[in-house]
Amino acid sequence: MHDLQAISPLGGVAPRTDVVAGVILTEVTGFALASVAARLGGEAPTMALVAQQIGAAAPGPGRAAGHSLSAFWVGPDQWMIEAPFETHEDLVERLVAQAGGHASITEQSDGWCRFDLRGPGLAEIFALLCALDFPSFTGGEATRTSIEHLGCFVICRAVDHASVIGPRSAAGSLHHALLTAMRAAL
Amino acid sequence: MSGPNRLEGGQIDRTRPLNFTFDGKRMRGFAGDTLASALVANGVRLMGRSFKYHRPRGVFCAGSEEPNALVELRSGARQEPNTRATTAELYEGLDARSQNRWPSLKFDALAINDFLSPFLSAGFYYKTFMWPSAFWEKVYEPIIRRAAGLGSISFQPDPDSYDKGFLHCDLLIIGAGPSGLAAALSAGRAGARVILADEDFAIGGRLNAETFTIGDATGAEWAAQTVAELATMTTVRLMTRTTVIGSFDHGTYGAVERVSDHLAEPAAGKPRQILWRIYSKRALLCAGATERPIAFDNNDRPGIMLAGGVRTYANRWAATPAARVAVFTNNDDGHRTAADLHAKGVKIAAVIDTRDDAPVTYDYEVLRGAQVVDTKGRLGLNFVEVMLSDGTSRTIETGALAVSGGWNPNVHMTCHQRGRPIWNHALAAFVPDLSGTPGLSVAGAANGHLSTHGALRSGADGAAAALADLGITAIAAEMPETEDAPINITPFWTVRGASRAWLDLQNDVTVKDVKLAHQENFSSVEHLKRYTTLGMATDQGKTSNIGGLAIMAELAGKPIPEVGTTMFRPPYVPVAIGAFAGRSRDKNFRPTRKTPSHYWAEERGAVFVEVGMWLRAQWFPRPGETHWRQSVDREVLQTRRSVGICDVTTLGKIDVQGADAAAFLNKVYCNAFAKLAVGKTRYGLMLREDGIALDDGTAGRLGEDHFVVTTTTANAVPVYRHMEFVRQCLFPDLDVQLISTTEAWAQFAVAGPNSRALLQKVVDPEFDISNQGFEFMACANITVCGGLRARLFRISFSGELAFEIAVPTRYGDALMRKLMAAGEEFDVMPYGTEALGVMRIEKGHAAGNELNGTTTALNLGMGRMVSKKKDSIGSILSEREGMNTDDGLKLVGLKPVNADDPVPAGGHLMSKGDPVDAAHDQGYVTSACFSPNLGHGIAIGYLKSGDRRIGEIIRLVSPLTGVDVDVEVTSAHFIDPDGERLRA
Repeated sequence: MHDLQAISPLGGVAPRTDVVAGVILTEVTGFALASVAARLGGEAPTMALVAQQIGAAAPGPGRAAGHSLSAFWVGPDQWMIEAPFETHEDLVERLVAQAGGHASITEQSDGWCRFDLRGPGLAEIFALLCALDFPSFTGGEATRTSIEHLGCFVICRAVDHASVIGPRSAAGSLHHALLTAMRAAL
Repeated sequence: MSGPNRLEGGQIDRTRPLNFTFDGKRMRGFAGDTLASALVANGVRLMGRSFKYHRPRGVFCAGSEEPNALVELRSGARQEPNTRATTAELYEGLDARSQNRWPSLKFDALAINDFLSPFLSAGFYYKTFMWPSAFWEKVYEPIIRRAAGLGSISFQPDPDSYDKGFLHCDLLIIGAGPSGLAAALSAGRAGARVILADEDFAIGGRLNAETFTIGDATGAEWAAQTVAELATMTTVRLMTRTTVIGSFDHGTYGAVERVSDHLAEPAAGKPRQILWRIYSKRALLCAGATERPIAFDNNDRPGIMLAGGVRTYANRWAATPAARVAVFTNNDDGHRTAADLHAKGVKIAAVIDTRDDAPVTYDYEVLRGAQVVDTKGRLGLNFVEVMLSDGTSRTIETGALAVSGGWNPNVHMTCHQRGRPIWNHALAAFVPDLSGTPGLSVAGAANGHLSTHGALRSGADGAAAALADLGITAIAAEMPETEDAPINITPFWTVRGASRAWLDLQNDVTVKDVKLAHQENFSSVEHLKRYTTLGMATDQGKTSNIGGLAIMAELAGKPIPEVGTTMFRPPYVPVAIGAFAGRSRDKNFRPTRKTPSHYWAEERGAVFVEVGMWLRAQWFPRPGETHWRQSVDREVLQTRRSVGICDVTTLGKIDVQGADAAAFLNKVYCNAFAKLAVGKTRYGLMLREDGIALDDGTAGRLGEDHFVVTTTTANAVPVYRHMEFVRQCLFPDLDVQLISTTEAWAQFAVAGPNSRALLQKVVDPEFDISNQGFEFMACANITVCGGLRARLFRISFSGELAFEIAVPTRYGDALMRKLMAAGEEFDVMPYGTEALGVMRIEKGHAAGNELNGTTTALNLGMGRMVSKKKDSIGSILSEREGMNTDDGLKLVGLKPVNADDPVPAGGHLMSKGDPVDAAHDQGYVTSACFSPNLGHGIAIGYLKSGDRRIGEIIRLVSPLTGVDVDVEVTSAHFIDPDGERLRA
């Protein structure tokens, strides 16, 4: 086992948490991410691979699905698979082993930072952040959008629980935007 | 009561008195007042001075169309000029000052302009300040600016924050007067997602300003009941203090919400204003109508106001501009003002109606067929001169004159996408043309339904129709009975013979100016506007446009519709620039990207530099170093002597996979890639389609079907975009998948003769990184520090034996610390972008300065890299004749003949003996630095036929910086030209 200490996207050893008016903003580091893109002609087996991983049908455009392992759609025949980091740091290796050469799989765990918002009033916060129609979300939506000039994924896990997945290097700016919007909206 | 002109009743909260000051004088109003209504109640008629002639001016209306009552609000950094007193909500401690006057409002020295008015007509500036031209900027403009000021700014940074936001709805209702409320009720009850926006802080529009009833309730009570019902609907969003400022493509509307302008300062964390972008499926314009004045001589004195505004002050705010009020009207609506004020105990001096058949009453005198021809009163109205129907004249004493020339529907939002309003004869006004704005319909007074009944009915029907369009069944809400008075109006624009009769109060444009414009052939309305400034500035002519073009029509002998209107453009009201910027200001103007070793570098006191959005360590100063060159020289020398480490994560990394990955790269790179062996890296040059160099970098083959492409930091996104375009559009049949991994891997360059020895201490022992086991340009997946997955590339930007090692980003900080600890025995040296730049110039490697969008492979000395054995992007057009001339630019090195001479980048190259001019230009310097290894300045640059001129002495000149030195043309490779070090 190696002896390198990981740091969070915001630079801490432990992830950061902020609370504004009952809404909790958490820096989430305990997830592994892998992109799965079907090779030409490998569309059906790739969809099956995703489904088998998450225990649900591979989500379509604008959607996320799954439980302990989940997936969200990022492009035609392309998904991002999320898994607990603790048990799945080797997510890419596992997927490659099962993909049978039908999909291109790339490690994305550290390309991104993730902030979760939990609590009431998320729609008002997102109204100040991005063009998504969050009030129409009921859970299971996953869309790419621009927040603070950054390309981010917003995943609505429930009406009172959303994840913002953005570029890791800009985690500080994204966090600042989220916190500013929370203070303004709540 | 507070103030001499405060009446009984009104919608103010008399239990909450508010203190405020105007020009330093303490006054009192109530919650629910605007600054204007509180000033009116306090008997203040004089509120400002006019723009050009410095004429005394008072408040003219009661809404956002106000042209006169512009004040400086707040003090210190929050001072804001040109704020309309009519839209400024009163709060405790509000501090307002009049503007555009000196030394005081009552005595303004620049009022001399009024006596000079015969010389200050339209076009005055254009005609007068023609020459000498040099005087314009230095003399004339400062004088004019001082004379025609519109308040002053604090010159301090705005302490408030602003935000932007996005909203979605089925139906956006613009304006919450009777039609807007009826529409919201119908749509809300149908369950549609509704946004009801109004610029006022109280919902109700004219319902709050009138006395007639709706069913059993007053208009204001009905509005309050309706708001209460709407507030229970979860799909309805009520937005007060929110002005819809523009209509844009595809049902998108802009709106400014003044979140905190009614407070002394915003609450902690709250923005002052939010600029909303509203995505609507349908929109209903319920913006009401604006009253228009009548032009007569000296119609601009304080106390002369629009009749509807006078009525609003009396009914809503229980304030009258004077104890005696006269009315001048050409329509029945003006009589309402007289009736309402009379009922409140205000003495009506007379109602002067231009119509011979005007309605009469026993309550006060009505003068039929009469006209106001002049007025008197220096700082406020005292008398009006009336010409009676029999031609005799009469002087009437009055402190205020309420003027009504009819009502103009607020069509602005229907014109933002080039809809042109249509003239309606019955109303004598323009009504909306809806052809320009899909998804937008209009109801209420904005559509010419000027009665309350008409407004309610058309609002309810308009909402139902808009929703039916969306497949939502809505039943137009039942509306209680209310007034449905017909419109009785006889158009009357200007009193015959009037000359100093103001049309545009804000810009001091009179009837005379319009006549002059016509006389000088500026008769198109757009020319009229620019020549006279009619309809410009903060009110955008809301009360003046129609009057001006009616007079132009008369002069031109055309009907009004043929003259037309000027184009209305967004924004509908003035918007603070801060609202357009939102959160993007100061250091948050754009996001900041931090490298994986950022916090480590910060601890070591690194000096950072912005590289695009990235912050990179530029150098690492040490105690005792007083100049950056000392730090950079040390970093360079120690790296070449032993080993150095640099964070190179910012370079773009693109993961390329698929059965055709190699074939794909063979297309995007101009040099061959198809046969690159697994475990090898190759330098590659990408060309644009036109044959110009796009970017360079390396591609490592990690598997048969797996490459990692690196790009320069600056081009990481453009190259990725280019490759996606090639993949999706040019070669969709190739099996290749792309994804960026720039941020996923922390990558460090470890360079210098001891780099291998250092790395051997962290790379797990099963991986052989000896010169035989891992030769120059090798790459591999390895593990480090006891099992962490990593990637190792043997590539060199510095020209030394060098590696780049990558680990998942979260471990980057730890790996940097580990490498530094492992390198202690070699005196390892972290280096920044400056040292990186010095070493690459010493080695003659091209970077962004050389790949400047005009250079070809041939220029770079890489002409032979463009493979002729395959077709790649840009290869054909790189063969264009003009790009292959014999005397083309070639990359060369340059060193000063006199070692102490500077060799600045940007300098141009001249042959000895040639004149220094563009015709004799031989090339230019792209990159330059001081080489600590050579002990003098060095540079690389492009020189005509440079490859054949090695050894020649030429001139490097920079006339801008006074440099003219002799330099020797050399190879661009100053250090280790044979590449022995990097293969060691």
